[in-house]
Amino acid sequence: MTSIKLKLKDSEVQQLKDIARSFNNEPGELINVLHKAQEIFGYLPAEVQEVVAGEMNVSVAKVYGVVTFYSFFTMLPRGRYPISICTGTACYVRGAEKVLDEFKRLLKVPVGETTEDGKFSITCLRCVGACGLAPVVMVGDKTYGRVTTDGVKDILKEYEDEV
Amino acid sequence: MIKLTIDNRTVEVEKGTTIYHAAKKLDIDIPTLCYMNLGDLKIEHKPGGCRVCVVEVEGRRNLAPACATECADGMVVQTHSIRVMNARKTVLELILSDHPFDCLICAKSGQCDLQDMAIKMGVRSIPYQGEKSTYKPDFSPAIIRDMDKCIMCRRCETMCNDFQTVGVLSGVNRGFEAVVAPAFERDLDHSECTYCGQCVAVCPTGALTEVDHTTQLVRDLADPEKKVVVQTAPAVRAALGEAFGMEPGTLVTGKMVAALRRLGFDYVFDTDFAADLTIMEEGAELLDRLTRFLEGDKQVKLPMLTSCCPGWVNFFEYHFPDMRDIPSTARSPQQMFGSIAKTYFADTIDTRRDELVVVSVMPCVAKKYECTRDEFKVDGNPDVDYSVSTRELAMLIKRLNMDFNTLPEEDFDKPMGESTGAAVIFGTTGGVIEAAVRTAYEVHTGKTLEKVDFEQLRGIDGIRSASVDFDGTEIKIGIAHGLGHARTLLDDIKAGRSDYHAIEIMACPGGCVGGGGQPLHHGNPDVIKARQKAIYKEDSGKAIRKSHENPDIIKLYEQFLGSPMSEKAHQLLHTHYFDKKRKEVLLD
Amino acid sequence: MATFMMHMLVCGGTGCRASASDVLYENLKKEIKEQGLQDDVQVVTTGCFGFCEKGPIVKVIPDNTFYVSVEPADAKEIVAEHAVKGRRVKRLLYVDPVNKEQIADSKGMGFYKKQIRIALRNCGLIDPENIEEYLAADGYEAMGKVLAEMTPEEAIQEMVDSGLRGRGGGGFPTGIKWQIASKVAGDQKYVVCNADEGDPGAFMDRSILEGDPHSVLEAMVINGYCIGATKGLIYIRAEYPLAIKRLKIAIDQAREYGLLGTDILGSGFDFDIEIRYGAGAFVCGEETALIHSMEGERGEPTFKPPFPAQSGYLGKPTNVNNVETFANVPVIYNKGAKWFASIGTEKSKGTKVFALAGKINNVGLIEVPMGITLREVIFEIGGGIKDGKNFKAVQTGGPSGGCLTEKHLDTPIDFDNLIDAGSMMGSGGMIVMDEDDCMVAVAKFYLDFTVEESCGKCSPCRIGNKRLYELLEKIAQGKADKEDLDNLRNLSMVIRDTSLCGLGQTSPNPVLSTMDNFMDEYIAHVEKDNCPAGVCKDLIRYEIIPENCVGCTACARNCPVNCIAGERKQLHTIDQSLCIKCGACLEKCKFNAVAII
Repeated sequence: MTSIKLKLKDSEVQQLKDIARSFNNEPGELINVLHKAQEIFGYLPAEVQEVVAGEMNVSVAKVYGVVTFYSFFTMLPRGRYPISICTGTACYVRGAEKVLDEFKRLLKVPVGETTEDGKFSITCLRCVGACGLAPVVMVGDKTYGRVTTDGVKDILKEYEDEV
Repeated sequence: MIKLTIDNRTVEVEKGTTIYHAAKKLDIDIPTLCYMNLGDLKIEHKPGGCRVCVVEVEGRRNLAPACATECADGMVVQTHSIRVMNARKTVLELILSDHPFDCLICAKSGQCDLQDMAIKMGVRSIPYQGEKSTYKPDFSPAIIRDMDKCIMCRRCETMCNDFQTVGVLSGVNRGFEAVVAPAFERDLDHSECTYCGQCVAVCPTGALTEVDHTTQLVRDLADPEKKVVVQTAPAVRAALGEAFGMEPGTLVTGKMVAALRRLGFDYVFDTDFAADLTIMEEGAELLDRLTRFLEGDKQVKLPMLTSCCPGWVNFFEYHFPDMRDIPSTARSPQQMFGSIAKTYFADTIDTRRDELVVVSVMPCVAKKYECTRDEFKVDGNPDVDYSVSTRELAMLIKRLNMDFNTLPEEDFDKPMGESTGAAVIFGTTGGVIEAAVRTAYEVHTGKTLEKVDFEQLRGIDGIRSASVDFDGTEIKIGIAHGLGHARTLLDDIKAGRSDYHAIEIMACPGGCVGGGGQPLHHGNPDVIKARQKAIYKEDSGKAIRKSHENPDIIKLYEQFLGSPMSEKAHQLLHTHYFDKKRKEVLLD
Repeated sequence: MATFMMHMLVCGGTGCRASASDVLYENLKKEIKEQGLQDDVQVVTTGCFGFCEKGPIVKVIPDNTFYVSVEPADAKEIVAEHAVKGRRVKRLLYVDPVNKEQIADSKGMGFYKKQIRIALRNCGLIDPENIEEYLAADGYEAMGKVLAEMTPEEAIQEMVDSGLRGRGGGGFPTGIKWQIASKVAGDQKYVVCNADEGDPGAFMDRSILEGDPHSVLEAMVINGYCIGATKGLIYIRAEYPLAIKRLKIAIDQAREYGLLGTDILGSGFDFDIEIRYGAGAFVCGEETALIHSMEGERGEPTFKPPFPAQSGYLGKPTNVNNVETFANVPVIYNKGAKWFASIGTEKSKGTKVFALAGKINNVGLIEVPMGITLREVIFEIGGGIKDGKNFKAVQTGGPSGGCLTEKHLDTPIDFDNLIDAGSMMGSGGMIVMDEDDCMVAVAKFYLDFTVEESCGKCSPCRIGNKRLYELLEKIAQGKADKEDLDNLRNLSMVIRDTSLCGLGQTSPNPVLSTMDNFMDEYIAHVEKDNCPAGVCKDLIRYEIIPENCVGCTACARNCPVNCIAGERKQLHTIDQSLCIKCGACLEKCKFNAVAII
């Protein structure tokens, strides 16, 4: 897995240490700590994992093993507007795959990656529980229901002028 | 007791016994690729992951993994029904469908559990073809990781984490992409790997192998300009025979010497010589610390820890760097040998350092790394040029078409071939400290030891402690083998809970006899115990059994070094340690 | 609730929220206030009504008026008409898809008629963020009764007698599970609520937690009392922010009311609950994997035994039940095991919540008695197949289940019948498919999911499912031969027979059930290079039918790769070498001039 190089500021290291301490540096709380860390950094670069490992007294390899096991954790920064396409069964039978293909085609990035300008990233998720609105797409926290292939460019247009 | 039927035969077992072991009692061999049980060493690995050991249990919907399923009263088990055989073969075909087909040139060919199983099951084609996992091969100074060949048995992970507590390897990713790797899938060289080689020792396939030094060796042996010297570690002679079909624990010292001579080495020496030298230095250091301590010096660092094991040295440099002033500063026997060979011995045969090639045969893969350390080089020229493992030596002997079994017994060359019984027991856990006690006792008390065998220091338990009476002074000794056990003792020292005066630590289970470079024990702990027994046998058969009585060592001090801990001895035979905690881990 | 004349219940479930039901709620409140009715009409955000297809939903009580597809702008009219003048807003009423009649009262809707709501009893009725409303709906009464009047043994016996079986997929009898956990000795025991709903197409646990979180908390306390546990943990997907928020509120309120914590209701029994977050791994629905995940490890399952009841969280005896199972528990104590056992079939008691989705008119969350037939669910509750198409299959049990067909429509639904039919109950996903769905593609879809979600620990699941997927892909591409079909079946059987955990043991079900029920479709792919449903891209092409094409240019304008040529009012043609088979032309053509060949 590739990772972005990044040097943590002292204040950021301190932040991570505080998180770890808030969970009593208990190795069993590793996943909770990683959730918090990802909330702050938006992703979990290697450097963050190193600090977390040190604070939680587990090996870096183990932290990496956990991070790469769970799809919620990412080592790549997401776009400013992360696009998630629901590919749960209900959305799938109502055409989610075509919608996904359209996003990939228009943004020219595969699933799991971010556009060069850092604006959009595409991920798939499994069922957001809005099956009545299938197929469902989320951009950030905003949910779009009954999305058609045509509708894809309209969704992207909403974010066009924003910098 | 529980009574069950396996393949229509009745067997009685204790509660908690698995089907796998119950079948073993009936001599029914259930194949497995991931299960591993090292008995007395208390390492049991049963992830139930490979699913090759599945058997049919009456009344059960699906097949049961024999390695993980406990026997129940009245259970009826079929280990070789059509359903089982089909499932087993299909699972094997699946594993093979994600495995390279380069058996012909694989380092593990002929000793590969997966290959053996494919032969046994008569796999002739793979009906399930598809994407194969591919990874960048990882070449470290000691270990090669070729994860294309990994079958996810995860024995290495257990050794690295549970037994060694080194924590370099972990299962990463998931599903088809799952593999065992260091953090961020970086190379071992960029991890905190100690190169203990226990992952290599248990790997059932060619995914983990040692770095090959035989090619360079053959080239140097053929070079008339070079004088090639070999040293052989004590544990090698107790295991090499296994590669030629001999029973584990067969001593092959004389045949090994004969073979090395026929391979073309100019001088066949013994690392045991350097082991005696190590005792002279390490023993002197221990006595010095002890004396000062007993005189009330509060600054003195006790317990003193041994330093001959390179995996262990790496371990404390990474994990306990703040305690690096506790281990003895004495170099390992391999390095003492190299240092003396390229000075004292080179002078005696009037050869320049760079014309002399020093090769070691070691039961170890960490030794490959140790000899590359900068502090063991003079103007870039290493004291030991390279190190081959017991396995590599066996391969070389085979490659040269020698009939090992009919070779004559020959003796080591002089002067660096002379050794004592104290040196040979370096090959097993507890041996170094026993050797040190034999010498330290006599030097400290001025008396002659009545009995040189210290049974209280021997055994196979991971952590052992014993007291030795130094003529009224009680010396407390700790012994650990396996880095996890070492960690326990180090934590105790750190927390001030330790009252030992000296501690011996070896990275591998059983000490060097169970080293990462030894012929594969394929998960059979009895092999390690048999080698241990052989080592003690060699010791008891030796005429001289105390290091300070080795005549060539005495001569070496008289002619060259002066006395133990002299300035020259310090320069040539001692070393210093580094804080490697933060290494290049942060760099890509 | 007594002081208000009228209540307007606005669905605050995730589906309706996605359609701005939160804005609608604010607007309704504003309008009520403007009309000066704030003392007469109460506006409440509730959990999911289940009828997600027509969200956002507003239900008016006491007259049970059921408004569908309500937009925020409709607030003014609803208040002005319904609240002020007492007249229903007709245009927002539900229209029956069959007889086209407007139905005002939700009780008259086919969607609700056959439902019995036990687990969902409070969803859509109470404000989940207000414990008072739960208490008013008999909340914590069962807990009070158990703690005050019953011994743990008696309480467990009640659960055994009820016949409740685990709703998470396995169907293990809940009472027996409790009994086992209660008998294992341990200084510390744990109760775990599995809220890691991962089946792609099921969202009942989420709806319960969003709509009625206290029912789960109450059940966990009862469970703790029964087995001797003082700590409860809820393992919930991090992707469920609303459910997490409401759970946190509920836990805080319960603590405040002394319903969690030390000496609950003066009984001397202590119990408290913590939340743990999942991080996106379907396999963590398996209880051993879930426990490893809660311990901060990779969520890899381990061989059972030991069962969690013997050695679970931190090696301590642990009882794991899922959300829906727990939601049933308080009702069982309130109304009695006998009452509960009177609902359902002989071996499957009570109700089951299904997430009805796919090519069906009424998508949503339903709760039906065990023993109801698929036909009743699909054609009565579900309102039949969308767009008048033909029913082809219904997939139950998610990635672990199978596809059932016409011949199974009259089978009473219960745990055992579904397994006999080659599928399973699973967590309750129910996806309806019509004639346009290709069964090879459906099997491939599920395998794609399994491949992605396999933990990788055991070889049959790690490699076998990948190979299954590859075989299906080969079939979908028309590159497979008959031997591949044999291999597909053998591999499926072996994966089922040898995998370590439930995920692998059931992952071939979508393949086996589609092979059993739709073999002709497989054969068509393999022998005729034909996808009868017109789905598999490599086996179809889009063509323009000259007789129908009027040259409107709609297809050409919408083609993303510009592979359609033709002048206005002239016949258009598709360049097959460039076509990516996205289907945009077919969607856009108003003259039926594009066809899949």
